[in-house]
Amino acid sequence: MSKPTNQKAWLLVIPVVLLVAFNALIPLMTVVNYSVQETFGNNVFFWEGVKWFEQVLNSSRFHEAFLRQLAFTGTILLIEIPLGIAVALSMPKKGPWVSVCLVLMALPLLIPWNVVGAMWNIFALPDIGLLGRTINAMGIDYNFTQQPLAAWITTIAMDVWHWTSLVVLLAYAGLCSIPDAYYQAAKIDGASPWSVFWRIQLPKMKHVLTIAILLRFMDSFMIYTEPFVLTGGGPGNTTTFLSIDLVKIALGQFDLGPAAAMSLIYFFVVLLMCWIFYTLMMRDEEQ
Amino acid sequence: MRLKSWLLPTIYIFFLMLPIYWLLNMSFKTTNEILGTFSLFPINFTFENYIKIFTDPTWYNGYLNSITYVVMNTVISVTVALPAAYAFSRYRFLGDKHLFFWLLTNRMAPPAVFALPFFQLYSAVELFDTHLAVALAHCLFNIPLAVWILEGFMSGVPKELDETAFLDGYSFPRFFIRIFIPTIVAGIGVAAFFTFMYSWVELLLAKTLTSVSAKPIAATMTRTASTAGYELGLLAAAGTLTIVPGAFVIYWVRNYIAKGFAMGRV
Amino acid sequence: MAKITLKNLRHSYLAEPQNKEDYALQQIDAEWSDGSAYALLGPSGCGKTTLLNIISGLLTPSEGQVLFDDKDITHIPTAERHIAQIFQFPVVYDTMSVFDNLAFPLRNRGVAEDKVTARVNEVAKMLDLEHSLKQRASGLTADGKQKISLGRGLVREDVNVIMFDEPLTVIDPHLKWLLRSKLKELHQQLGITMIYVTHDQTEALTFADHVVVMFEGTVVQVGTPVELFEHPAHTFVGHFIGSPGMNILPCEISDAAAHFAGNRLQTACTKLPGIGTGNLEVGVRPEFVQFDDSGFPVEIVKVDDLGRHQIVAVRHNDNAIKMIIAEDAPIPSENPRISFSPQHTRLYQDSWVVN
Repeated sequence: MSKPTNQKAWLLVIPVVLLVAFNALIPLMTVVNYSVQETFGNNVFFWEGVKWFEQVLNSSRFHEAFLRQLAFTGTILLIEIPLGIAVALSMPKKGPWVSVCLVLMALPLLIPWNVVGAMWNIFALPDIGLLGRTINAMGIDYNFTQQPLAAWITTIAMDVWHWTSLVVLLAYAGLCSIPDAYYQAAKIDGASPWSVFWRIQLPKMKHVLTIAILLRFMDSFMIYTEPFVLTGGGPGNTTTFLSIDLVKIALGQFDLGPAAAMSLIYFFVVLLMCWIFYTLMMRDEEQ
Repeated sequence: MRLKSWLLPTIYIFFLMLPIYWLLNMSFKTTNEILGTFSLFPINFTFENYIKIFTDPTWYNGYLNSITYVVMNTVISVTVALPAAYAFSRYRFLGDKHLFFWLLTNRMAPPAVFALPFFQLYSAVELFDTHLAVALAHCLFNIPLAVWILEGFMSGVPKELDETAFLDGYSFPRFFIRIFIPTIVAGIGVAAFFTFMYSWVELLLAKTLTSVSAKPIAATMTRTASTAGYELGLLAAAGTLTIVPGAFVIYWVRNYIAKGFAMGRV
Repeated sequence: MAKITLKNLRHSYLAEPQNKEDYALQQIDAEWSDGSAYALLGPSGCGKTTLLNIISGLLTPSEGQVLFDDKDITHIPTAERHIAQIFQFPVVYDTMSVFDNLAFPLRNRGVAEDKVTARVNEVAKMLDLEHSLKQRASGLTADGKQKISLGRGLVREDVNVIMFDEPLTVIDPHLKWLLRSKLKELHQQLGITMIYVTHDQTEALTFADHVVVMFEGTVVQVGTPVELFEHPAHTFVGHFIGSPGMNILPCEISDAAAHFAGNRLQTACTKLPGIGTGNLEVGVRPEFVQFDDSGFPVEIVKVDDLGRHQIVAVRHNDNAIKMIIAEDAPIPSENPRISFSPQHTRLYQDSWVVN
C-alpha cells in the first residue's frame, strides 16, 4: 500500500508518545543522571564521570551475572525453539481437539509470574513436592535449594514449562497459514516428509520463528520474577541472573550509581540485540 | 490421524498440567497435612484455604486491585494505540520509522532497569500506591505492543474503505468509530488480550509501585510466605485463584488466539 | 498418454450424505481419450475442482471408480499416478533455484544427475526459462512461477495427464494470453492429455479440443466449442456460453406447435413433446434473432454499440430478449418486429434439449 505523506498524522500519535515517553524518557534521564554522579545522601550529588561504568564493567560480579544470563538464555533457546516447533508440527490442522489443545497449552502463559515461581517451588521441594519427592525416590539426591546444578536444571525446566507454548502457538499459526496446494504439489513431486519440512514448512515459518526467537531471547534476558521466587537467586548466587542482580543492587543496597550504570549497560545490550533482529526481520519482509 | 502423531502433544500437555495439578492438590489441604504427609489427593479435603481468601479483605483485595489496574491498563493502552496505529498504517510522516522502532524498544525494556526510577517518578507525582500508577507504568511496554498488533491488522484493511467514507462526507472521528473500528474488531480483541496478559503477569513493577491500598495479589502472596511462615495451603489456594481469570480470558478468545499469532506480531 | 474413464463417480464431502444437495459431484460417467486437451468449464461450486482432485488422487471419491487405460487407480496414491497438477496460485520451493525446482521431482525419484540436467535444460527451453535457471525461484514474477510449476510437471517423462486448476487466476491480464498460447503450443508439441479447469469461457473455448461443461455437480455436455455454441444440450450451456448468452424464454405447446407468449414459432425440434409435460422453454441465441416485419412486435429498451456489432435489448410482454445485429444494420424506429431463425431455435424440457 503506498502511503501519502501527512504531517498531521503526528496528532494521532501524540497520546502514545506522551504516555510512553513519560514512562521511558524521564526514568531513563534519572538513570543517566545517577550513573554519572555520586551521592552521600541529602540529595547532594557530585560528578563522577565514567567511574561507575568502569566499576561495573570491571566487576567480576557483573561478569559472572552476565555469563550466567548468557548461559541461561542460550540453553532455553536451544530447548524451547525445537521443542515448540516439534509440538506444533505434530498437532492437526483441524478438528475438535485443536482448540482444547491450544487453550490448555496457552494456560501457563497467563499465570502471574510469581505464581509460576511459587508453583514450581512447591512442585520441586525435595520433601513435599511431587517432582522433588519422585526424583529422590528414584535414588537421585536432588535438592534445588542447596545444589547449584539442581537449581539450574529446575529453573530451566520451569522456563521451558512456562514459555514453550508461546513458540508452539506462533509456529502453529505459521504452519496453518501454509496453503494446502503446497502439500499437494509436494505429493505430486514425490517429496519425502523431511523434504516437506525442510523445503516448505520451515521456510514458510521463517517470519513467525524469527519473532519467537526474538521474543524468547529478550524476555529470557530480562527474566526476574520466576527465578527469584523459585530460588531467590541461589543457592548463594548461582542462579542470580542480570535482572536479579540489578534489583539487588538498586532496590536492595540502594547503590544508585553502580545500579544506574549497570542499568544502562544492560539496556544497551538488549537494544543492540533488538536492533539486529529488527533489521534482519525488516529486511526479510521487504524481500 | 496416526496414533504416533498424538503422542507428543499429549505428553506435552500432561507435562504442562502436572505442576498445576499439584498446586490444586495442595490448595485443598491444610498446611499441617502438606508438611506432615505426602499424598496425591487430599486426605482431609478442605475448603478452608479458599474460605480464608474469600473472607479476608487483605486477600481478596489483592485480587480486586490486580484486576483493577490490569483492566485500566488495557483500556488506556488500546484506546491510545488505536489512532496511533492508524497513523502508522496509513501515513508517512517525519520520523515515522524511527518513532515506530523507538516504541518497539520499550517493549524490550528490562523492568529491572525501571524499578527504582519508577519508584521515584511515581512518588514524585504523588501516584505511589495507586492503581493508576501501575496502569500507567505498564503502558511502557503494553502500548508499543498494542500499536504493533493493531497496525498489523489495520494494514490488512484496504485504503479504499477510508477514501469511500471521506467521499461520502464522514468526518474523521465518525468514520473511525462507526466504520473503521468494526472492521478491525478481531485485531482489537487480540491487542486487548495481549495487553491484559502482559499486565496481569507482570509483577516487579506492580510490587514496586504499591504498598497497601493498591497492593496486587502477588505482593500479598509473598508476604504470606515470609512473615507468617510457610502457609503453604493458603499460598496454593491463592495461586490457583490467580490462574482462573487467565483461563477465562483464554477460553473467551480461543478463536482469536490463532488469528492473533498468525499476525506474527506478539 | 492415457485414456481416462470415470465410472459411477459420486462424491460428498460429508460423512453421511442424505440427499442430492449433500453431494458435490452427482453421478458422472465419462470417457476421455488420449492426448486431447479438455476444459472443465462451469461456475464456482459446480464441482470441477472436486473432479480434478479425484482424477489426480488428492481426493478419494465416496463412490465410483477412476480408471487410467482401463486400470482401476481409484485408491492409488497421487505420486504413483503419473500425473502433474498446476494450481491456482504458483507453488514453488522458495529456497531453491529455478533449476533445482525443476529438478526436484526427478531427484526425488532417484534419476541420475546427468539425466536430470539434460531434462531440466530441455524443459527450461520449452518454457523460455533457460536464462533464469540460476535465479532463486522466489524472485520470479507470478507468470514465471507458474511456468516453474508447469515445468515440474513436464520434466517427468512418465506424466500421462497434466491438470490445471484455474492456473491463470493470479496472472496479469496482458500475460494471460501469452501463457495460454504457450500451453496450447506445448500441447501440440507433446500431445499429453491436458485437463484445464476454468470458469472463464474464453479460456475454455480457446484452449480446448473438447469442453466439458459442468453445472451443479453433473456433466451437462461434452463437445467441441463449435458444438457447444450451435447445439447446446442444456439451457445452462446455452446461457453460460456466448456473450451475451442464449435467450431462454417460456414456451407452451398448442396446436402442434411451440408458442412463445402466444406467438407461433418454428423450431428445430422434430418431435414435439406432448402437452403438459415438464417445464418447457425455448432457447435462441442473440445472433439468430433478427428484425423481421413478419414477426411479433417488441419494444426496444436499449442499444449498445460495441463497434463490431450492436446489442439490442428488447422486450415483449415482460420478457427480455437480446439481439446481436451487424454494426451498420438499421434499427426500425416504428413498430419494430422480430423473429427467430428456425434452425437455431431449440426447445428445452426441464432444461434439457428436445430434439
